[in-house]
Amino acid sequence: MALQAIAFYLLAAVTIGAGLLVVTARNPVHSVLFLICAFFSAAGLFVMLGAEFLAMLLVVVYVGAVAVLFLFVVMMLDVDFSALRAGFVRYLPIGGLVALILVVEIVAVSASVASHGAAAGAAVLTPSHDITNAEAIGRVLYTDYVYFFQAAGLVLLVAMIGAIVLTLRHRAGVRRQNIAAQVARTPATGMRIVQIKSGEGLSE
Amino acid sequence: MISEHLSPWVWFGLTFGQILLVTVILLLATAFLIYGERKIFAGVQMRKGPNVVGPFGLLQSFADLGKFVIKELLIPDGADKVVFLLAPLITVTLAFGGWAAIPFAPGWVVSDINVGVLYLFAASSLGVYGVIMGGWASNSKYPFLGALRSAAQMVSYEVSIGFVIVTVILLAGSMNLQTIVAKQGGGFWHWNILGGHGVLGLPMMLVMIPMAVIFFISALAETNRPPFDLAEAESELVAGYQVEYGSTPYLLFYLSEMLNIFLMCSLFTVFFIGGWQAPFPTPFLAHWPATLASLFGFLWFLIKTLFMFFMFALVRAVVPRYRYDQLMRLGWKVFLPTSLVAVILVAAYRVFVPGV
Repeated sequence: MALQAIAFYLLAAVTIGAGLLVVTARNPVHSVLFLICAFFSAAGLFVMLGAEFLAMLLVVVYVGAVAVLFLFVVMMLDVDFSALRAGFVRYLPIGGLVALILVVEIVAVSASVASHGAAAGAAVLTPSHDITNAEAIGRVLYTDYVYFFQAAGLVLLVAMIGAIVLTLRHRAGVRRQNIAAQVARTPATGMRIVQIKSGEGLSE
Repeated sequence: MISEHLSPWVWFGLTFGQILLVTVILLLATAFLIYGERKIFAGVQMRKGPNVVGPFGLLQSFADLGKFVIKELLIPDGADKVVFLLAPLITVTLAFGGWAAIPFAPGWVVSDINVGVLYLFAASSLGVYGVIMGGWASNSKYPFLGALRSAAQMVSYEVSIGFVIVTVILLAGSMNLQTIVAKQGGGFWHWNILGGHGVLGLPMMLVMIPMAVIFFISALAETNRPPFDLAEAESELVAGYQVEYGSTPYLLFYLSEMLNIFLMCSLFTVFFIGGWQAPFPTPFLAHWPATLASLFGFLWFLIKTLFMFFMFALVRAVVPRYRYDQLMRLGWKVFLPTSLVAVILVAAYRVFVPGV
């Protein structure tokens, strides 16, 4: 148990420390890197809870894909730091309000978990030891919650189509490669043989 | 794989020893893989390749190692020092980390986790960070362009790799790599590339052979290998994200590139051509001692993985580099729809065909 406690406090401390550095780091790229560090430690905490499937999903989806795009955008942005700092006092009240609401919510959730959830000795949701994580989630997700699952999929589809529609533009006069046309070219369509009389040239 | 009923410190010691063993063997193997790749490359071009250091030039990689290590470490002016040095470290850590879940032989795996496939997928998809961080921290134009290119490229090809892996998971019914390999036992007609369920599954090879080809090509793109080495295309970007690197950090990039390639070879072996399973039924193994049976399995794993590595090296030598828009077209417009259809086909086959 001692090893587990050490691992937990280490991961928790790194998560919180990285989270703090995300908002305090001067360089936005460093912020994103600390965010990735926080994701990673959170995945470690999931592993400690025995939820290895969720941990891997967190790493694959958030670290492997979302954060890469974050980094991609932040690196290409030309961020003006003085302009960022100028608005600090103006946005302090609304930012503080959001932070306050979040803190209240976290406290409420923790309190309810402590009094009614797993911490209070309520039944643990994992069905049994010989069913793997992924199987346990799959059995619930594709039976009891299949409509919600499908609805979530539809929402994502709509969002994806929306993003494509918003960014797609067809510019006129752009030469595009037509690979089928290139492959279908034959000597008959691709070239012509012309006999030119000497001294006359070719009138086009 | 160690029993979980040992005391924590003994367990820790044994696991640490295993990790050390795998790391050292991989490092030694990489040295000779680099030599082998250069020999294959040279053979295709009718050259001799490395032939001076040691017998047949076998010690060439060690000479190169010495050269890299004693060179001066240069950090460009204006570079982000910490990130600049962190990038190769992260890359090499991830490259080694992926090997933790690879089943070398029956019972021979450092960590036999149930989500092994996802773990490997995560490890390979994180490889992009080394490239992006290295490119950005160099504070230079060519590395930055190379990093942006390769970020887009690796993210694109992860998608199709993911779908190909899903077809394999559907066939095996498990995300544990040992289980995936164990299910392919009993002869080459049980391998996933040929449908994965013996004679009854043979029609599925119409789907699984193209999947294996897509996986192979996507693995080339994922590891930034020619013909998809646009991140370091020397004719356009000098050397991409590696321009500012020299000495040991460069060595780490190079080492992890080779390790990632070898990892992809072993993944192909595990997913499609039966991992440590022999290509013929092996009922006689039941009478062998367990260690000998494991060695027999390891031999097959090694043969198959080295064959895949030979293919990787050959591709580098014979295929010209892709243009960037062609690369994107291939990933998004060809591989993604094909693998998506294959996922549906394999799932339908698993649901509707009785007896598999």
